[in-house]
Amino acid sequence: MDAFIHQVLSGLATGGIYASLALALVMIYQATHLVNFAQGEMAMFATYIAWSLINAAGMPYWAAFLLTVAFAFVFGVVVERVIIRPVEGASVLSVVVVFIALLVILNSVTGWIYTYTIKTFPSPFPKEFGIGVYMSPHEVGTILVTLIVLFLLYAFFRYTPLGLAMRAAAQNPDSARLVGIRVGWMLALGWGLAAAIGAVAGMMVAPIVYLDPNMMGGVLLYAFAAALVGGIDNPWGAVFGGFLVGVLENILGAYLIGHELKLAVALVLIVGVLTVKPSGFFGKVLVTRV
Amino acid sequence: MPLLAAKNLHASYALTRVLHGISFSMEEGTITTLLGANGAGKTTTLRALCGMVKTQGEVAFEGQRIDGRATEDIVRLGIAHVPDGRGTFVSLTTEENLRLGAYVRKDRENVDADMERVFGYFPRLKERRAQQAGTLSGGEQQMLAVSRALMLRPKLMLLDEPSFGLAPLIVRELFDILRSVNEKEKVSMLVVEQNAAMALDLADHAYLIETGRIVLSGTSEEIKSNDSVRRSYLGY
Repeated sequence: MDAFIHQVLSGLATGGIYASLALALVMIYQATHLVNFAQGEMAMFATYIAWSLINAAGMPYWAAFLLTVAFAFVFGVVVERVIIRPVEGASVLSVVVVFIALLVILNSVTGWIYTYTIKTFPSPFPKEFGIGVYMSPHEVGTILVTLIVLFLLYAFFRYTPLGLAMRAAAQNPDSARLVGIRVGWMLALGWGLAAAIGAVAGMMVAPIVYLDPNMMGGVLLYAFAAALVGGIDNPWGAVFGGFLVGVLENILGAYLIGHELKLAVALVLIVGVLTVKPSGFFGKVLVTRV
Repeated sequence: MPLLAAKNLHASYALTRVLHGISFSMEEGTITTLLGANGAGKTTTLRALCGMVKTQGEVAFEGQRIDGRATEDIVRLGIAHVPDGRGTFVSLTTEENLRLGAYVRKDRENVDADMERVFGYFPRLKERRAQQAGTLSGGEQQMLAVSRALMLRPKLMLLDEPSFGLAPLIVRELFDILRSVNEKEKVSMLVVEQNAAMALDLADHAYLIETGRIVLSGTSEEIKSNDSVRRSYLGY
């Protein structure tokens, strides 16, 4: 029984990471109706920056953490302005190719700079964080960090004028322009935020999966599954999906299909949701009267 | 100096030219209406003024050229556009829609008071304050669109078919409110309408557009008494 509880709880911890990355995907999807395939590699790249700051520059963990989040934000904004902006309005396939190019380039550049040797990445959480046999300190810490990120995002979008403007720009760009919102910049900010969330996810997952240029491949797949399960246009759904996928992955991996096939859970979920309920659990059908 | 003046304005969507060099002007504090049948270019004219379509020709607001500027910058000059289709942010609440109307204002501290002022004109919106705007009725959404524009404290309001899809009684109510906004708050208005009779009652001046050209202009009284307008647009 203890083992089962442990599986569920540690599933919630990794689920939080999937939820964060799924949220990043949803944010960009809501604004552009595109899924950013490079989201994972952007997070991986940011995590390497954090690694450099900690190991090469000798920074304390949390200082490096904050600096990395800031770096990821700026990086996201620049990517949108420089790489995505020029293909705005291009066909979906062109944009997807750009996303994939970004993925491959980031992956190779990171490998070129840092080599493909697997590195360890520190966890900042002291052992007092752990809960007996049920959860490791890092798992508890990850859940806390996820909850803080979710709370900050919620507060930002719900209570600040800028957050409101970003929602408006995502929902109805024409109308947003008519009230004076600079829609292009809101998109760039959205990319920045998504990249910042991704960086947090990367730094939380790195101590578990270790640091290497391909570390986010599996994580991104789970995040896709999470976003789809929850409904790709619903941030709350994505968060729910993230936790669900994390727990399912663990339980199925431990009791049913074994660790080697765990990643297949994500694929089965993706295909299953797309065939049975494409809008996901919470993808709402909006009712509008005219 | 006129408040708004368009000179030889052309506009096109992709390869289709819609406006073929229209010129008109309006004075501060007045209500001017652009009349015309479906497809005459009325909506395009408003969109051209706001930089929402590609244009050639001149547009001047308070003597300052605004053609070629971005929509977001034109709003900042005090031009509020109530668009075709109302432009509701359907999944945001009524209140959030209104707050967005005041997005570019520097005086954030007056926004709450302005919201109350707008609720004074449209008490129904106050009841719907926390409701998702997409669930409002058509009339309420039109009121919301007008209110959102008012939240800018605009100098000029561009209204695209405010009567569209509304019951006659609601149209009358809405037009009464527009008139009182114009009188009390000195907001100038450029109203595009298919409902020529209502529009001519509201407006001081009128222009008639046919296939992308201005074919007639004058005070509302003159236009009303024009025989061909009466037959074609007023129907008596």
